[in-house]
Amino acid sequence: MRWLSDDAVARLRDACSELELSGTPYRMLDRLGRGGMGTVYLVGDSRLNRRVAMKVLDLTDSNGDLEARLLREARILAQLEHPGIVPVHDVGKLADGRTFYTMKFVQGQRLDEIARELSSSTERLRLFQKICEPVAFAHSLGVLHRDLKPENVMVGPFGEVLVMDWGIAKVLAGSAESPPAGGATEGTSTDSESAVKAPPETAHGAVVGTPGYMAPERARGEIARLDQRADIFSLGEILKFLSSGSSSGAAVANRLPRRLSAIVAKATASAPGGRYASAQDLANEISAYLDGFPVSAYPERLLDRTARLISRNRVAIVLVLAYLLARVLLIFWRPH
Amino acid sequence: MSEGTIGGGDGRFPETRWSAVIAARSDDAVERRRALDLLIGAYWKPVYKYIRIHWNKTSDEAQDLTQEFFTRLIEKDFLDRYDPAQARLRTYLRVCVDGVVANESKAAGRLKRGGGAIHLSLDFSAAETEIRRVAPAPRQIASPASTASIDDWFEKEWIRSLFALSVETLREECEARGKKVHFRLFEIYDLDDAPNYRPSYEDLALEFGIGVTDVTNYLAFARREFRRVVLATLREMCANEEEFRREARAILGVDPR
Repeated sequence: MRWLSDDAVARLRDACSELELSGTPYRMLDRLGRGGMGTVYLVGDSRLNRRVAMKVLDLTDSNGDLEARLLREARILAQLEHPGIVPVHDVGKLADGRTFYTMKFVQGQRLDEIARELSSSTERLRLFQKICEPVAFAHSLGVLHRDLKPENVMVGPFGEVLVMDWGIAKVLAGSAESPPAGGATEGTSTDSESAVKAPPETAHGAVVGTPGYMAPERARGEIARLDQRADIFSLGEILKFLSSGSSSGAAVANRLPRRLSAIVAKATASAPGGRYASAQDLANEISAYLDGFPVSAYPERLLDRTARLISRNRVAIVLVLAYLLARVLLIFWRPH
Repeated sequence: MSEGTIGGGDGRFPETRWSAVIAARSDDAVERRRALDLLIGAYWKPVYKYIRIHWNKTSDEAQDLTQEFFTRLIEKDFLDRYDPAQARLRTYLRVCVDGVVANESKAAGRLKRGGGAIHLSLDFSAAETEIRRVAPAPRQIASPASTASIDDWFEKEWIRSLFALSVETLREECEARGKKVHFRLFEIYDLDDAPNYRPSYEDLALEFGIGVTDVTNYLAFARREFRRVVLATLREMCANEEEFRREARAILGVDPR
């Protein structure tokens, strides 16, 4: 048997991990990142002369479980046609049997990276509102993301926001599995081809997701109880992160303005019933906050209301005060 | 691409066989022999080198201990106690080797060949040559100090052994399928160490009288098949799918960050 040197072993390991794209219209450009079951590459599409991102399973599997999960992810993405959700272009198999799908290559920065560059709290909160939009859309179709966190949000060069990595998304029972409103339906829920199979590792209460951004009921493995409010919790943690630069601890939330702190507290309430009912409600609350209107999370006292009205109308108040001052001065200075 | 062709195309999954770890305990003598041949083939060199370098044994002592270890693996059902949830197979086997060597003095009488022990036909001189490629005297090789580095070293040797086995399997398959040129190109470009000169695709095309595109395609074929063979062999060595995925990621360098 031939002896292999360390260099030869290293070359062979590289060869084994290399992406072999023969038989596809793609050519390898770069490796972008790696996730739980697959790796994402930047590839060139020779047919349309553009760059796309390709997610490939790291391995083939004997029972088709991994392939089913990846295809499921691609199908969920394909049905979520929204500017804030990355579109899927293609699915297929490589020459070595590994399944892949391609999607829009998002050039931009992750939220956790760009957050440091945002100096204005208004800018941060407007960004947060944009994150709520695709999540609200997905919820309207019965799809939960289940892994919302700053690392899974991209901000593009034009300020567009995309929610990424729907790899552990869950389709709620009874939801429409066909394309969004206005689109043709693919089939009924009894159609085995369109039925979305739950990944085996989440089928019996196994916990998946990222601690810190995970709703308490998910952390406890209460899979049957999960609804969109689990994603609301994660959005609340993202809001806390954007507002303060950190997602940890009550001390962080205490440094925020009271009304904003109350919004964060409501979004991240331990009990689902204490949170906002929808991502749209949360986004609307942020709008109200930014525009100086009352927010449902913070019951105002008279003093708070007065301070808010003054803050919201300070230009008008300053003008009125300036007018009154001018009038007073005229009275005292007017020659008799 | 239509739903009907998603997952179609080649559609080939690696052939699934019984895990060698499980088959080694089978009542089927043929399956048991196949499984043990595979495990011994993959592990005997790392075991021998480990005993030579880490335990600082002479070549003769290491040969006897290696034979002793695999005899016990076959006769004493070492694999019955293996739990993939607790450790990787190679870590478990290495610890078993430690036990065998540490008990050497108690088993001194049985270390001599004869006495009913199974004798495996292993090319120890080749293993010794490999050790000397690294250093003229094995004592010059610093024995890993910590458990973690011992595990790393043993893993490196095991990967070397796994790849070498897979190269031989690939060679046999290529010869059987009339693809000797494919394998030869793979051998020259990916296996041979050429510190001063590495042939270009054009050089290889001229040497073999084929087009440059053929060189590209033949190498791609061989590498793809090599990967398939490695993964198929690895799958046979793992007790379950989860262990296989974990090991494959480690070997292919695809470790989650």
